[in-house]
Amino acid sequence: MLSIRNLRAHLVQVDDLDLDAGDCIAVMGPSGSGKSLMLRALADLDPAEGEITLDGHERMSMTGPDWRRQLMYVGPESGWWEDRVGDHFEDPEAVTGVLQRLGFKAEALTWPVSRLSTGERQRLAIARAFDRGPRVLLLDEPTGALDQAATALVEGVIHDFLMDGGIVILATHAKDQAARLGKRLLTMTDGRLSA
Amino acid sequence: MTSQAIPLTAFDLALAAFLLVINGGLSLWLGLGITRSLVIAAVRMTVQLLLVGLVLKALFAQQSPWLTLGVVGIMVGFAGYEIMNRQDRKLTGWWSYGIGVSTMTFAAISVTCLALTTQLKPDPWWDARYAVPILGMILGNAMTGISLGLNTLFNTVVRERWAVEAQIALGFPRQVALRPFIRRALKTALMPTINSMAATGVVSLPGMMTGQILAGADPVEAVKYQLLVMFLIGGATGIGAVMAIYAAVWRITDPRHRLRLDRIEGSDQ
Repeated sequence: MLSIRNLRAHLVQVDDLDLDAGDCIAVMGPSGSGKSLMLRALADLDPAEGEITLDGHERMSMTGPDWRRQLMYVGPESGWWEDRVGDHFEDPEAVTGVLQRLGFKAEALTWPVSRLSTGERQRLAIARAFDRGPRVLLLDEPTGALDQAATALVEGVIHDFLMDGGIVILATHAKDQAARLGKRLLTMTDGRLSA
Repeated sequence: MTSQAIPLTAFDLALAAFLLVINGGLSLWLGLGITRSLVIAAVRMTVQLLLVGLVLKALFAQQSPWLTLGVVGIMVGFAGYEIMNRQDRKLTGWWSYGIGVSTMTFAAISVTCLALTTQLKPDPWWDARYAVPILGMILGNAMTGISLGLNTLFNTVVRERWAVEAQIALGFPRQVALRPFIRRALKTALMPTINSMAATGVVSLPGMMTGQILAGADPVEAVKYQLLVMFLIGGATGIGAVMAIYAAVWRITDPRHRLRLDRIEGSDQ
């Protein structure tokens, strides 16, 4: 279970939010309303005050990297630091299942990153997050660059993650996607959440 | 040693300076547009070097540790300012200047003191005739190395921020996420020193060695001095660059292992 109390970050404020295992909250709102900033603050990527607790463990009771391995942020802009796709994965063997469900063959791991399209990058960025086995996924426009077929694949993977007891907070512009995945729908306006 | 040098008259220098006049004429004729900067640079050099000659003469005559220390302070101040000036991106506040000056000063001064107290051993050990030129050479090279290293670090991290952020979001600690950037910055910092070591003697005769030979020194003795200075330069540049780059990495990240680009001027978002 993920609990957020009095979160205060740059331009964002979340007073009280709880998510149980298997919960998905979809956050909608105009660009610049603070959706990304909230997700980044939850992953401790930006400085924030307040209490965030995952399964009874408070954020500050562990190191930043330990916290981020459990609450994993996947941004709209995916970064790559090695030349080959496979070098970005912790366990390239175990990940082939997720890769397949996202529409890739295992050989995708040998591709050079420079050859990837924007959509492929976005799906592979989701795959490499799954590879690390997080408890919570903080997804920032995860299908922004994807066509309908690829979007369905990504939504399928997210759905399975929720079925297995994962927790998802999803920032999206697509109302139908928010309705399909979100158990609850919230709207972000000027850095504040409302139902 | 100096007594053996052939003294130069003002006429000798004027004759050599005439070569620059030819340069200026060529520039005018070909419309290169560098006549003005050529004249300014030549005049500046002449005035600066003559002044330095007078200052050093007075300094060597005085034999005062405080005066020597004062000159060292001025050299360090200018070098620190130069480090900051060569950065495309600066840390907010005084951090660029602080990291540059402190690491460069520490590396250059400690290596110079080592050379003065163990290898050269002038009497007194702080004798300005030895301390100021040795420190000058080490300081100049450490300054170049540190400014190149910091510049590379900040530029590549800002340009590839998403590669850094992706690793941090996946739970990598800062020293792992920034390792390729640290490596690249260190390589750039040390490259001029390595290149000059490799080319020395084959492509170019180093200025200090040439000077000693012209002043009548035995070539093998001059080579030994040059080797000593090159080792000192290599050591100081390495120490200074490693310290500066790690200090800068610690400044652009925080104890929660976040990337803090808000601490580099004009790079936030």
